[in-house]
Amino acid sequence: MIRRTLLASAAIGLSMLAGGMAMAQDKTKACFVYVGPIGDLGWSYQHHQGALAVQEKYGDKVEVQWQESVPEGADAERVLTQMALGGCDIIFTTSFGYMDATNAVAKKFPNVKFEHATGFKRESPNVAIYNARFYEGRAIQGHIAGKMTKTNKIGYIGSFPIPEVIMGINSYYLHAKKANPNVELSVVWAFTWFDPAKEADAAKALIDQGVDVIAAHTDSTAPLAEAAKTEGKVIGFGQASDMADYKPSPRVSSIIDNWAPYYVARVGQVLDGSWTSTDTWAGIKDGEVEIGEITEAVPADVKAEAEALRDSIAAGTYHPFTGPIKKQDGSDWLAEGATAPDGDLLGMNFYVEGITGEIPK
Amino acid sequence: MGGIDPALLIAALLTASVPILLASVGELVVERSGVLNLGVEGMMIIGAICGFITAVETGSPLAGFLGGAAGGAVLSLLFAVLVLVMQANQVASGLALTLFGLGLSSLIGQNYVGIKPPLTGAVPFGPLADIPFFGKVFFSHDLLVYLSVVLVAAVWAFLKFTRGGLILRAVGESHEAAHALGYKVLRIRLMAIAFGGAMAGLGGAYLSLVRVPQWVDGITAGAGWIALAIVVFASWQPWRALLGAWLFGGISVLQLNLQVAEVGIPVEYLSMSPYLITIVVLVIMSSGKGRASFAAPACLGQNFHAAR
Repeated sequence: MIRRTLLASAAIGLSMLAGGMAMAQDKTKACFVYVGPIGDLGWSYQHHQGALAVQEKYGDKVEVQWQESVPEGADAERVLTQMALGGCDIIFTTSFGYMDATNAVAKKFPNVKFEHATGFKRESPNVAIYNARFYEGRAIQGHIAGKMTKTNKIGYIGSFPIPEVIMGINSYYLHAKKANPNVELSVVWAFTWFDPAKEADAAKALIDQGVDVIAAHTDSTAPLAEAAKTEGKVIGFGQASDMADYKPSPRVSSIIDNWAPYYVARVGQVLDGSWTSTDTWAGIKDGEVEIGEITEAVPADVKAEAEALRDSIAAGTYHPFTGPIKKQDGSDWLAEGATAPDGDLLGMNFYVEGITGEIPK
Repeated sequence: MGGIDPALLIAALLTASVPILLASVGELVVERSGVLNLGVEGMMIIGAICGFITAVETGSPLAGFLGGAAGGAVLSLLFAVLVLVMQANQVASGLALTLFGLGLSSLIGQNYVGIKPPLTGAVPFGPLADIPFFGKVFFSHDLLVYLSVVLVAAVWAFLKFTRGGLILRAVGESHEAAHALGYKVLRIRLMAIAFGGAMAGLGGAYLSLVRVPQWVDGITAGAGWIALAIVVFASWQPWRALLGAWLFGGISVLQLNLQVAEVGIPVEYLSMSPYLITIVVLVIMSSGKGRASFAAPACLGQNFHAAR
């Protein structure tokens, strides 16, 4: 009797499971993994805007699911496995540190498509990678920084010493130096993507030592909030998102990551079956990197120069890494007129000549 | 060390350590009463958002701090109901409280993202603030910096010299004996838990109103766990908790300043130094003579029921 009940309930369970799977297959499920909270108003917020754009574009055909504040490492692997088991058709992993977890889980689920942001590993045919040329935006910030600094000291809050961040530091410094030969750059490594208190402390350390223009490569608005306490003496930039709440000063411009077109296109390819593993690296030209409004805190001539710089990058007539550029140790990197090959940039592990600090190993 | 101004550094240290100091002193009292509340992170972040909302709505930072403390205390009462009334496991309830607090704060904070709170000014000390060096170090802070030190002194004096403190410690060391003597174990623990919640909430409000001045999801980013660790490494002594919080806050600030000044110490070592040095110093201090008196409260983590 008991056995029969058991069998019957198992059968019901199975049929429900099958029914559930059939229902899930009606809709394509696009899933997103964020390293910080959506409410960081920076990096994760912008990715989520992209996810919302996917939902809006495809409406009932697509179900969007996401998880916030997923730590990089073993937790990420668990979350990804759970998402893959839960019927996700395409999973976007939106932080550099998810690289190994993404590739490991992708091997186990060949039918699920994985898209990893800012990484460089594609170990199976169901993994694609995508990135944005943030360094193009850093060039414009560097120019503004070089022109605006009164103490000739500019700062950069780094998250982790990975190529994406080092690229940004080099581009920022090169263009600040071009605008103002006396400029000195201080880099502070926070070793976190998101910790508002620590980001604020890092900004304060820079300000206490005379830095008056701060660029941040972390995810929250805390460095701008710290700069706002100085009543206009210190300026900064919106990072990843516009951070318009801090206009017109301290936020004098920003880099906006616009992921929506890419996400919409890729999910569309899943829908029509044309998705393949690709390596995309788009910049200002493609609209993936946007330069937020340059406010009236910046003099008109500097603003015009910065906008001209932006337009020349967008037109493809200028590359932010154009030789002659030497490495920090004095060895040659780019010859006169040569531009940096993408491979050099994606593996960048050196400072350019003139930066005094050391990159943590 | 060229660019580092010691006065600015010490001033930054005092501000940076306020949140963990307040939270750890609160948790210290809770643990002295025999209750292990791992929900500090959750209470802190609820304090951060409640304080932020109160300050924004009333326009008064002072009301904000009170709101933060109230928010933390209310959340801690939930924990108190679970462990004191329902006799639930303290570790599990505490962890649940943290998860619940993080989620709830994100929910109620949704409409407060991107708003700037009213600024908390420094306490006006008049001419004292103009004294070279000392003015900047001691007389340039907001009220909470001073209050946090006063609270440490008050907790220390309460535990050491008052009858109430003795009863609280008795409850933490042996709740059976305290009960046999006629003390209301559960009532005393309830008050301790609420005090701990209020302190954690106050620390959280300091984060969202002074240290970062804005609301972002997950603003505490692990500060509550640091506070918990400091209580243990301070071997449940208030002054050591103060030392631990200042060491941790101070070295966190110092290492960032050393990075800016480019002193040539590899950044990796600088980054781990706050954790390492705080633990090493406190452990060495607690390993000397009379170690027994620095042991954990004997009833820590055990539930009490009068019928048993």
